[in-house]
Amino acid sequence: MTVLYESSLFAIVLTLGAYEIGRVIQKKTKWTVANPLLIAIVLIVVVLKALQIDNAKYQENVSLISFFLTPATVCLAIPLYRQVQILKKSLVGILVGILAGTLASFASVYAICKLFSLTDTMTVSLLPKSITTAMGIVLSEQAGGFVALTAIVIVITGILGNMFGEIMAKIFHITDPVAKGVAYGTASHVVGTTKAAQLDELMGAVSSLSLVVAGIITAVIFCFV
Amino acid sequence: MKYVREFLIIMIFTLIGELLQKLLPIPIPASVYGLLLLFLALCTKVVKISDIEKVGDFMIAIMPMMFIAPAVKIMDIWGDIAGNLIPIIVVMVLSTIIVFAVAGWVTQWIERRRK
Repeated sequence: MTVLYESSLFAIVLTLGAYEIGRVIQKKTKWTVANPLLIAIVLIVVVLKALQIDNAKYQENVSLISFFLTPATVCLAIPLYRQVQILKKSLVGILVGILAGTLASFASVYAICKLFSLTDTMTVSLLPKSITTAMGIVLSEQAGGFVALTAIVIVITGILGNMFGEIMAKIFHITDPVAKGVAYGTASHVVGTTKAAQLDELMGAVSSLSLVVAGIITAVIFCFV
Repeated sequence: MKYVREFLIIMIFTLIGELLQKLLPIPIPASVYGLLLLFLALCTKVVKISDIEKVGDFMIAIMPMMFIAPAVKIMDIWGDIAGNLIPIIVVMVLSTIIVFAVAGWVTQWIERRRK
């Protein structure tokens, strides 16, 4: 099995393949819990354990994919630019909503962490949970958090927004598509935005604008904590 | 060779972002610098949207893929977090609900007053 242990291609095929299997399962079962990302993560962990490939080796082999996280995040400037043009009229409401949501994120995460008396390392790992991975893990790392915990918490937060966004919108009577877009993007970054974009084009546009702005605001707040 | 040029432009902005992150003493990720500079370049027409959108849209479309590997690291820290599993789940669920509600409400309130 040393061939697989050393192989970058195996790690890449495993990663893309696990996601594809997750997508097929979700399509077939139509269960919201059968989230492709979640299925992919579980499958990969199982395969790595079975083949006795340790995480460090997997990360090294799959680094070609991970590398693109930064340039892909830079590309978010494209939807941001497109939407700023379209959304000029609603811009104040959108920006204030994102700011309020981001502050609520910091306050709620901090308060709950204190309530359970979690360590500071844990707390800083959880603080960037609502923003996109490329930004969140860097912030957590620079603040001395557990990068791995931040990464998984970000992914699961995204999945929660993706799965339960519609239910939450109903419970809280958020009906305006622009407001829903802000809620999706601010609370659950790229993964939630995927859902918003499926529901409505405008909502998807607002959501991607929100995830970018929420990321930037979070990065700025992190400079002061 | 339009794709090569698009890819080059995106990589140049990523590189500038990385250099700024290394040179400036503020803890802002390279991706945020790159994103803001590219956005500014688009607004000032230094870069046209048609110069980057094909490769750019592709990279954004496959972005969820890039979330998988960092999350697999959970294997290594399972021991450290297993004891705090309940608080971590509470933080994730509660704060996601709170952020969703607050962000949605505030925008909806302002939008309705505007209309």
